[in-house]
Amino acid sequence: MAGLTVATGVVVLVLTGLSYAGQRRLLGEEAAPVTIRVIGHQWWWEVQYEDPQPSRGFTTANEIHVPVGVPVQVKLESTDVIHSFWVPSLMGKQDLIPGRPSAIRFTAERPGVYRGQCAEFCGMQHAKMGLLVIAEEQADFARWRDGQVAPRPEPASDEARAGEAAFVAAPCSMCHQVRGTAAAGRNGPELTHVGSRRTLAAGTLPTSRGNLAAWIVDPHGIKPGVNMPLVKLDSDQLNSISAYLAGLK
Amino acid sequence: MTTLRAETRPARADVPRVTRDVSALPTYGFGPTSPMWWGTLGFFVVEGTAFALALGTYFYLVQQNQQWPLAPAPPNHWAGTLNTLLLLASLWPNRVADRNAHAQDLWRVRRDLVIMSVVALAATALRIYEFTGLGVSWDQNAYGSITWVLLGLHLTHLVTDAGDTLVLTALMFTRHATGKRFSDVSDNAFYWYFVVLSWLPIYLTVYWLPRW
Amino acid sequence: MSDGASATGDLRDTSLDGPTLNVRLSRVWGTPRGLLGALTTVDHKIIGRRYIVTAFLFLFLGGITALVMRLQLAQPESGLVGPDTYNQLFTMHGSTMMFLFGVPIGEAMAVYLVPLMVGTRNIAFPRLNAFSYWVYLSGGLFLWISFLLNIGPDVGWFAYVPLSGPEYSPGKRADVWAQMITFTELSGLAVAIEIIVTVLKQRAPGMTLDRVPLFVWALFVNSFIIIFALPAVMIASTFLILDRLVGTHLFNPAEGGDALLYQHLFWFFGHPEVYIIFLPGTAFVSAIIPTFARREIFGYLALVLSLIATGFLSFGLWVHHMFVTGLPQLGAAFFTASSMLIAIPNGLQIFCWIATLWDGRPVWRTPLLFVAGFFFIFVAGGLSGIMLASVPIDTQVHDTYFVVAHFHYVLIGGNVFPLLGAIYYWFPKFTGRLLSERLGRWNFWLAFIGFNVAFFPMHISGLMGMPRRVYTYGPEMGWGDLQLLSTAGALLLFASFVLFVWNVAASLRRGDVAGPNPWNAGTLEWATASPPPPHNFNRIPLVTHREPLWAERGGLPVVTGLSVSHRELMVSSVAEAEPQLRETSPAPSIWPLVAAIAVGATFIGSIFTPYAVLWGALPVAAALTGWFWPKAMPEDEE
Repeated sequence: MAGLTVATGVVVLVLTGLSYAGQRRLLGEEAAPVTIRVIGHQWWWEVQYEDPQPSRGFTTANEIHVPVGVPVQVKLESTDVIHSFWVPSLMGKQDLIPGRPSAIRFTAERPGVYRGQCAEFCGMQHAKMGLLVIAEEQADFARWRDGQVAPRPEPASDEARAGEAAFVAAPCSMCHQVRGTAAAGRNGPELTHVGSRRTLAAGTLPTSRGNLAAWIVDPHGIKPGVNMPLVKLDSDQLNSISAYLAGLK
Repeated sequence: MTTLRAETRPARADVPRVTRDVSALPTYGFGPTSPMWWGTLGFFVVEGTAFALALGTYFYLVQQNQQWPLAPAPPNHWAGTLNTLLLLASLWPNRVADRNAHAQDLWRVRRDLVIMSVVALAATALRIYEFTGLGVSWDQNAYGSITWVLLGLHLTHLVTDAGDTLVLTALMFTRHATGKRFSDVSDNAFYWYFVVLSWLPIYLTVYWLPRW
Repeated sequence: MSDGASATGDLRDTSLDGPTLNVRLSRVWGTPRGLLGALTTVDHKIIGRRYIVTAFLFLFLGGITALVMRLQLAQPESGLVGPDTYNQLFTMHGSTMMFLFGVPIGEAMAVYLVPLMVGTRNIAFPRLNAFSYWVYLSGGLFLWISFLLNIGPDVGWFAYVPLSGPEYSPGKRADVWAQMITFTELSGLAVAIEIIVTVLKQRAPGMTLDRVPLFVWALFVNSFIIIFALPAVMIASTFLILDRLVGTHLFNPAEGGDALLYQHLFWFFGHPEVYIIFLPGTAFVSAIIPTFARREIFGYLALVLSLIATGFLSFGLWVHHMFVTGLPQLGAAFFTASSMLIAIPNGLQIFCWIATLWDGRPVWRTPLLFVAGFFFIFVAGGLSGIMLASVPIDTQVHDTYFVVAHFHYVLIGGNVFPLLGAIYYWFPKFTGRLLSERLGRWNFWLAFIGFNVAFFPMHISGLMGMPRRVYTYGPEMGWGDLQLLSTAGALLLFASFVLFVWNVAASLRRGDVAGPNPWNAGTLEWATASPPPPHNFNRIPLVTHREPLWAERGGLPVVTGLSVSHRELMVSSVAEAEPQLRETSPAPSIWPLVAAIAVGATFIGSIFTPYAVLWGALPVAAALTGWFWPKAMPEDEE
């Protein structure tokens, strides 16, 4: 009996030591070449890329790109309730707690598209608060970053131009920002390059013109309880706005 | 000692061997002999744990904030200090009440209970006055909230004890003022010790920690 | 020997014979028939039975919420229930299972059995016992009626701030949750104090501490855990109500408060809470094994020390629920070590139980089958627990179905399986009839298989990245097959409970009649009739051994001298159980119910206005005064 007890005790101490060694490697908070600030909202992820040159910083939403093999620091904050940032194939999770900023580090070893999801119950649509992390070669990452820093691409068609005018005139501009236009709202996801993102509504729908229209027409049917109100648009406005947004690559 | 094992024939429980007669035992006792004393002690442990957690919350919030208190000035301590002195002084008549209860001296117990009733009411009144000198409201910030909570938690004990003591005082002036009632008076005195002792760390935390 | 009557005409049991004694004591200790009797009873057996039935009712309600959730999750993007309903369902499931079933059922079995096992006539503070049942029932009804009226809580059983705070949970839902806590914790604390005082002061003469049955030890230690843990959740929920109702800022980071403070307060309770649920399971196992191994328990001292060690250690683990909140790493490592260390006393208990069976001659009746099920399931849960204790592993599996699998293994394995065994074991004592052994085997196997089919796949779902508390998931995630399998298992598990209820219902009417000791067990509850008379024992036994009925084959020695004219029981010393007092035990009274109504109204009112506390204080004070106002009693005349 005593022997078994002592043996158990030794096993426990060894496991604790190994565990502590592992946790130190994973949870370091030192600065890294790529620094991102993720701010949790009820039920979407605000993503800010920081840069020593302020003009090279930018904001996007729900999709993060990182260069392969380079350490990335992710600063975690929340504006409302507790969320948790988790991309299972890349790193362990950490909570985003209002009033308590924190940070984690990770390095993507291989290129790929990695799906993440909020891992702390945060209300009605906790289940549909997903995100994508796309790890790519350094050159591709640099190209993506340059594209994101730039303001919105010029609308290419008449329909898209009408769409931009409608977007700015409609309530959309009160919540969403599109850099290069008068739309400067900060309540909802940044939409400057929404067309380049692979999913909409925090990983809920694949991005397409049709899905953009479906989302605008009935956000509560797709994600009941979201903070986006129903905006009444006539069919012309809907068509042109969805064409415009789909073109914001 | 050999290991006891069940055998196939169960024991017979209806042919008892009488070994002792307890007829001569008393029907009530004082202190740890009495189950009610242990119940009172259990109550202290529960409430004491709650106080410890509330105090722990106070220290946690101090640690979370760069500046403390979150108010222009620390609380005005005069009412609190006066109350503390009153409570400490009351330990003496409380102990006297306890001794007289053990002695089952009805006249003295009545006198002592009246004194303790007055003390409890005075302490309650002083405590209500203390709130006005805090200099911060409960809904202003976390400092205000936890300060009011600590004082409020202890106030509920003052009020409960005052109620308890008043009812017991009334009882000791009725025909029920015999036997086991004296044990109840002793338990009531026991409770008062808790009320006073639990106040001291709260007093020091609320009034003096912000000044440190 | 005295002539049996004292100077005041109070007749003692010294000179009466068995049948006469039984009749007279039954009359003195009995509860009047009818509604009034039911509302005023202070008999621990009646109240204990009520508690057990009510707790099982909540187990079923909690099980139904689980079934609906499992049906929703069986398919990706199922539309069976929407997010609002689902979020309420998992909140109700957790809250019901943890607060309305898990803790109360252990206390319920203790309320019924501890007084019998220590050889006394009633639990300590019988009116408080009655009061605590009414408060528990009120709290449970309050929660469930609110749910059915669509104002039930939807923030999880743990209700983290800021989600549950005033800004993000408007309306009364979170207040209902917080106040339900107040009800159930008041009730739980009261019963814990009663059990501690019963065990310390009302043990039969000769029952020294090393002769106290392990069942009693486990529930005694459990009561201490309750006393130190429950205040933490009461403080957490009270602070939450204050923040919501009167504008305090305890958890508001914008005004100096902290959201994590809530988690510390909650988990300081929350971790011991799971031991509060587990320890009664160990009590049941420790009682069943000696009887069915037909030898006294191996390693009594080690088992007692393990219980005490578990009690202490359980307070040092709580931060392992917060490993991903960004707390300092060295501190977290301490909690890794402590979370692993607690496996040592648990392991020791299992070694002792297995050793008892190994050296015994096991009789494989249903109670022992459920104990065997406990061994497998609980140990499996313990292994996933050791994994979770490691911070790096936890950062991946925290808040996933891996954790859901872990805690269902330890809670259902550690509490529910022993509980079912315990019901099969003590049902004849409670009712006078045995449960069907044939149905019992079906019950066990259906439960064991159903449980494992339902919950084992969840380990894998979690490792595949499925988070908790999600009302649906996309088909592309690949979680659908395992979720469907879990649902199938859940249906089997539910069926096993339906079978259990069927067994109970059928056996109540047609089960084999049981005598006082159908299992040939050794502890005192088997020394009296099945079901026991209102006064439990005609004469208080004198205890000479840990298994009194096995040691005293020729009949238990007893003590005499207690009154037969009024309710009297023996109070003895704490360590040596030397008789000290003959204490009058309260007769049936309406005041506990009246006080519970006053307290309940105050609690419910106070989620609408803080003034309810002031207005409610008056009827509560009046009820308590009525309760404690003495009636003429013998010791007052002395």
